[in-house]
Amino acid sequence: MKQYRHLIRPYLIWSLVLVVIPLFLIVFYAFTEEGNEVLTFSFTWKNFARFLEATYLNVILKSFWLGFITTAICLLLGYPLAYFISRFSEKAQDTLILLVTIPMWINMLLRTYAWMNLLSDNGIINQLLGRLNLGPVSMMYTDFSVLVGLVCNFMPFMIIPIHTSLCKMDKSLLEAAMDLGANRVQTFWKVTWKLSMPGVVNGVMMVFLLAVSSFVIPKLLGGGQYMLIGNLIESQFISVGDWNFGSAISMILAVIILISMRLMQKMDKLQQEE
Amino acid sequence: MKNKLIELRNLTKNFDDQQVLKGISLDIYENEFLTLLGPSGCGKTTTLRIIAGFEEPSDGQVLFNGIEISKVPPYKREVNTVFQKYALFPHLNVADNIAFGLNLKKVEKSVISQKVERMLKMVGLSGFENRDVTLLSGGQQQRVAIARALVNEPKVLLLDEPLGALDAKIRKQMQLELKKIQREVGITFVYVTHDQEEALSMSDAVVVMNNGEIQQIGTPTDIYNEPENRFVASFIGESNIIEGHMIRDYLVEFDDFQFECVDKGFEDNEEVEVVLRPEDLDIVEPEHAKITGVVRDITFKGVHYEIMIETEKRMYNVHTTDYAPVGKKIGLLFGPEDIHVMCKMGAY
Ligand SMILES: Nc1ncnc2c1ncn2[C@@H]1O[C@H](COP(=O)(O)OP(=O)(O)OP(=O)(O)O)[C@@H](O)[C@H]1O
Ligand SMILES: [Mg+2]
Repeated sequence: MKQYRHLIRPYLIWSLVLVVIPLFLIVFYAFTEEGNEVLTFSFTWKNFARFLEATYLNVILKSFWLGFITTAICLLLGYPLAYFISRFSEKAQDTLILLVTIPMWINMLLRTYAWMNLLSDNGIINQLLGRLNLGPVSMMYTDFSVLVGLVCNFMPFMIIPIHTSLCKMDKSLLEAAMDLGANRVQTFWKVTWKLSMPGVVNGVMMVFLLAVSSFVIPKLLGGGQYMLIGNLIESQFISVGDWNFGSAISMILAVIILISMRLMQKMDKLQQEE
Repeated sequence: MKNKLIELRNLTKNFDDQQVLKGISLDIYENEFLTLLGPSGCGKTTTLRIIAGFEEPSDGQVLFNGIEISKVPPYKREVNTVFQKYALFPHLNVADNIAFGLNLKKVEKSVISQKVERMLKMVGLSGFENRDVTLLSGGQQQRVAIARALVNEPKVLLLDEPLGALDAKIRKQMQLELKKIQREVGITFVYVTHDQEEALSMSDAVVVMNNGEIQQIGTPTDIYNEPENRFVASFIGESNIIEGHMIRDYLVEFDDFQFECVDKGFEDNEEVEVVLRPEDLDIVEPEHAKITGVVRDITFKGVHYEIMIETEKRMYNVHTTDYAPVGKKIGLLFGPEDIHVMCKMGAY
C-alpha cells in the first residue's frame, strides 16, 4: 500500500486550490474593508458588526426556523419510510432505496420548477381544487411552498442514513427484547430507535445544513422578496457586490452550524448514556 | 412423579413448501435438563423458536401447564431464551442488559440492582456492572446472556447452541457451569446442540432428531446403550452396525453365526440391525471366538488403540487397550449384553 501513497498528491493539490484557498479568501474578505488593494488591506470588525442589525438578525432567525421545521418534517416522514423499507427483503430494499434516490438524479432546478408548476395559482393542484369547488388557494411564494420544496429535495438525505443504520441492526436483538417481555412498541423505543440514533443524527445534521444554507429553492418557490441567509449571501456576492459583508455572513453561518452540530453530538451522547 | 410443564403435540412446520418439522411430540418436565440433539438442519432451532413464540407451528399444539399457547406472543410467555449469538444490546452496559426485563416490569430500582448483582455473582462476573458488552470476550458475553435471561425467573430457559461460538476449553468449563446453574436455580432447561458429547454429559433427557422427526427420547445412558435405530446408533458415538435377524427372543444371528443376546420382543426371524460399540469388543486368539479376522490398521488414540479388523463379511472398528500388529489373525469377543438389537429402518 505504502508505495501508492504518493498517488494522493494530485488530490491534495486540487483540494488545496479548490477548498482551502477559497476558504482562506473568505476569512480574508470578512475581516477587511471594501475596496482596498490586496496589498494594502485594512483589518476591520465592521462587517460582523453590521450583521447585528435587526433586518439581518431576522433573516438568520427565519433561516434557522425554516431549517428546523424542514428537518423536523423530514425526520417525521423519513423515519417511518426508512423503517418501512428496512422490513422488506434485501432485494426489494435495493429497489426501494433506488426509488428514493431517483429524484436526486434530476437537476434540482428542474425539480423546483416542477413544484412551481404544481403549486402555482393556476397549477395542477389548484385546478383540482377548483373542480371540487374549493376555490383556488394561493400557495406559491409562501412559507408553505418553500417548505414543500425543501422537504422534497432533502428527504433522501434523511432516509438513507436512517435506513443504513436500521439495516445494520442485528434483527435477533428485536427477538431478544420481545423474549424479555417487551411488546412491539416497547421494543421499538428501547431497541430500534436507540440503535438507529447514529443514522438519525447524520440525517438531521445533513438536512439541517442543506436547508439552512439553501438559496435556490427559497428564491424560486418563495419569490424575490423571500430572504434566507443563503439568499442574503448570494445577493451580497452577485447583485450588491459587497464581497466583504457576504464573506462575513458566510463565516457566521459556518460557525453557528458548527456549534449546533457539536450540540447535536453532545445530546446524542447523553441520550446513549442515559 | 414430576410435573409436565410443556407438551408439544404433533407439531409440524412448513417453510414455503418445505416441511421442516414432521410431527414432533414431546413432554418436558419441571426441573429437567432436556437436550435436543441432531445434525444441522434437522429442525432443532425451529422447535425451540416455536416454544419461545417466535414461530407459529403450521399444525399441532404447544401446551404450557396444560394451556394451549401457540398463539401467545413471546413477551407474554414465562420462557426466556439464550440466543446462539448472545444478542446482547450493544447500547446498554452489562447491568442494563441484565436489568432489561425487570425494567420493563417496572420493578423497583433497588430490587433490580440487588437482583442484577446476585446474577452477576452467580455467573462469575461480579464487578462487571458498568462494562461495555461489546468489549467482553465470547465467554463473558455468554454469561451476561444467561444472567439476562435467568434474572426474570422464567419457568423454562431455552438455550440454542449457547456454547457454539466458544473454543473447546471454555466450552468444557461452561458446560459444567451451566449444569451447576441449572441445579442451583432449579428450573427447566431446554438445550439445543449438535454436539453429542455435550448432550450426553449435561442432560437428564436427550431427544435425538433427524429430518424434522424425533428418532429417540431417553436418558443419555439409554440413548447410548440402547439406540433404537441405525440413525441414533451412528449419530451417537461410533458403532459397528450389522444387519441380521432374530431367531427368537434372546437369540440373534448375524455374519452367519448365532449369538445369545438380552433383547426380546421382536418377531421370530424378523430382520434387524445389531449395534456393537467399538469399546465393547475385545480381541482374542482366533480359536476363542466365533468371528475372526485380520488386523488391517491400528492407530494409537491416547487411552486406547483403534483397530480396524477385516472379517469375511465386513470391517469392524474396535477400541481396546490391547495391541495387535497389522496382518495378525485374531478373534472378536463380545458378550450377550454387548449386543444391541434394533428395528431395521430405511436406508441411511
Ligand atoms: N425462516 C425460515 N425460512 C425458510 N426456511 C427456514 C427458516 N428457518 C429455518 N428454515 C429451514 O428449516 C430447516 C431446519 O432449520 P433449523 O434452523 O431448525 O435447523 P437446526 O436443527 O437448528 O440446524 P443447525 O444445527 O444448523 O442450527 C432448515 O432446512 C432451514 O433451512
Ligand atoms: Mg439451529
